[in-house]
Amino acid sequence: MMRTGCVAEFASEEALLEAARAMRARDYTRLEAYTPYPVEGLEQVLALKRSWLNWLVFPVAMSGAGLGYLIQCYVNAINYPLNVGGRPPHSWPAFIPITFETSVLLGGVSAFVLFFLLARLPRLWQPIFDLPGFSSASDNGFWLGIDGRDPRFHPERTPILLANLGAARVDRIGPREESP
Amino acid sequence: MPDPLIVGRPSNRELTEQLLGIVRPWGASGKAALAACALGTLWLGFAVTLTVATGIGLWGNNIPAAWAFAIINFVWWIGIGHAGTFISAILLLLEQSWRTSINRIVEAMTLFAVMQAALFPLLHLGRPWFFYWLIPYPATMGVWPNFKSALPWDAAAVFTYFTISLLFWYLGLLPELAAMRDYVGGRWRPRIYGVLALGWRGSAHDHRHYRLAYGLLAGLATPLVVSVHSVVSSDFAIGIVPGWHATIFPPYFVAGAIYSGFAMVANLLVPIRRVFGLHNVITPRHFDLVAKMLLVTGWIVIYSYATEWFFAWFSGEPYEFYQSFVARPSATGAVVFWMSIVCNVLVLQMFWSRRARRNPYALWIGSFFIQIGMWSERFVIVVQSLERDFLPSAWRGYAPTWVDLSILGGTVTFFLLLFLVFLRWMPFIPMSELKELVAKLNRAERKA
Repeated sequence: MMRTGCVAEFASEEALLEAARAMRARDYTRLEAYTPYPVEGLEQVLALKRSWLNWLVFPVAMSGAGLGYLIQCYVNAINYPLNVGGRPPHSWPAFIPITFETSVLLGGVSAFVLFFLLARLPRLWQPIFDLPGFSSASDNGFWLGIDGRDPRFHPERTPILLANLGAARVDRIGPREESP
Repeated sequence: MPDPLIVGRPSNRELTEQLLGIVRPWGASGKAALAACALGTLWLGFAVTLTVATGIGLWGNNIPAAWAFAIINFVWWIGIGHAGTFISAILLLLEQSWRTSINRIVEAMTLFAVMQAALFPLLHLGRPWFFYWLIPYPATMGVWPNFKSALPWDAAAVFTYFTISLLFWYLGLLPELAAMRDYVGGRWRPRIYGVLALGWRGSAHDHRHYRLAYGLLAGLATPLVVSVHSVVSSDFAIGIVPGWHATIFPPYFVAGAIYSGFAMVANLLVPIRRVFGLHNVITPRHFDLVAKMLLVTGWIVIYSYATEWFFAWFSGEPYEFYQSFVARPSATGAVVFWMSIVCNVLVLQMFWSRRARRNPYALWIGSFFIQIGMWSERFVIVVQSLERDFLPSAWRGYAPTWVDLSILGGTVTFFLLLFLVFLRWMPFIPMSELKELVAKLNRAERKA
């Protein structure tokens, strides 16, 4: 999440992609974009790593399956062996439907929860929401953000650079630093 | 050249103004509809309270017809939900762009239909306050649920289905809620939508996790489309009652579920498109595709009927033969059987005509009959099979009471009430996905 830095609004996704490429070419690394919808190709331009969310969802789903199966097995075959239709107490086919359901349930819930953890949400207020006009990020504005922690970030030069790249407007985020 | 999915190429601003602008106070007729549905829901509450306070002796259920309305309505409602998951999950994975404008509406339909469905087995328990006996916990009674029965499978399937549908729907709604937060004026409304949007800001860092989580949920919901109704059908197929004991049941029920669900989709989309003036994002192409899905799933159902009859004859079982060829078409309640044949088999054939598929009136009326037909089909399966099983001395007729009818009608109004509340306060067209679609179409046009 950006606490300081500057953001620039562009009128179209092409302009945003163009500007992001130009900033990457100037060795800016901590870039962020805010768009009304996921823009195709933006993740590659910003050199974002692929999300690793799925690597956690799969093991959680599998442990859901294991848990579901073991509970049924313990309950109907070990702790209180149940004779249904003369089948052995541990007649595994009968346990498959619930095993499947628990794996889907735990997998789905973990995908949902992990998304919020990885996106650091919910967070109802963020510094960028104080910027008047930022609401266009959910409407028709394509915003490019340069994090203040970027080593190339310069409080004066970076905004000028963004304006030269065709930004409709450029704004500072976060508390203003005292000029020496 | 097929019709477009979106008429014209609206700009992002135009889409925002149109799709968020329709979430606004309603006129007199809208309020009247809300009030009527609220009254119906109160009546449902009354009938449910009476049932819980007195017992299910108030219903028409008897022995042998112990399942009757509660299970008919359960199967009917949960079936309706299936088209929503089919559209939102399977068509997402298949990259069918026609799902875009309608997916949030049908997800809400799924959610609300499953809520109605869950009410019935709960009430049918007789003592619904002991529902937690279905959960395996170390009870002082020393007994456990019987997981070798299809009924606990059913409870697990429906609970999972509801939970995953809810999470999927909410995750999809997140960007729209954020757009509402940024769009609406006033003191409280931005705050309410802001809390619901949980701080979503559409950043590229979030989008990459979001898309993956959304895709994974779709992938996990996909097997649910086929599994939930397969489990429901096991409730029947595992029994030995003539007319139930057939291996065709799981695919038969799944196809029937998606069939009735698409009928409900058509019944909801046609009025929504008209009332909210969505002619540019819900086009005759959408109607055409929905009607084709009706044809596909409807024909699977017809094939299942034929299979059922074939096996009734081929099994050589006199009870199966009697059930399929004498009891259903000619005994008491034969009217319901013939109604299901007329609605599900005959009415469906109108959709071979391209004009009927694309005409909103024809689609609406045809779908309405299909819904009635699918309800009748479940009546035939549940009631007529139980009424006449093996020993004629154990046969008994069934008739619903006013409480049965009140609860069925009440769930229809409760469903509509939830749906109207959703349409009134929630951004029900997935705007960000439509903008993405328009951008994609624009890119394709530039390349061409």
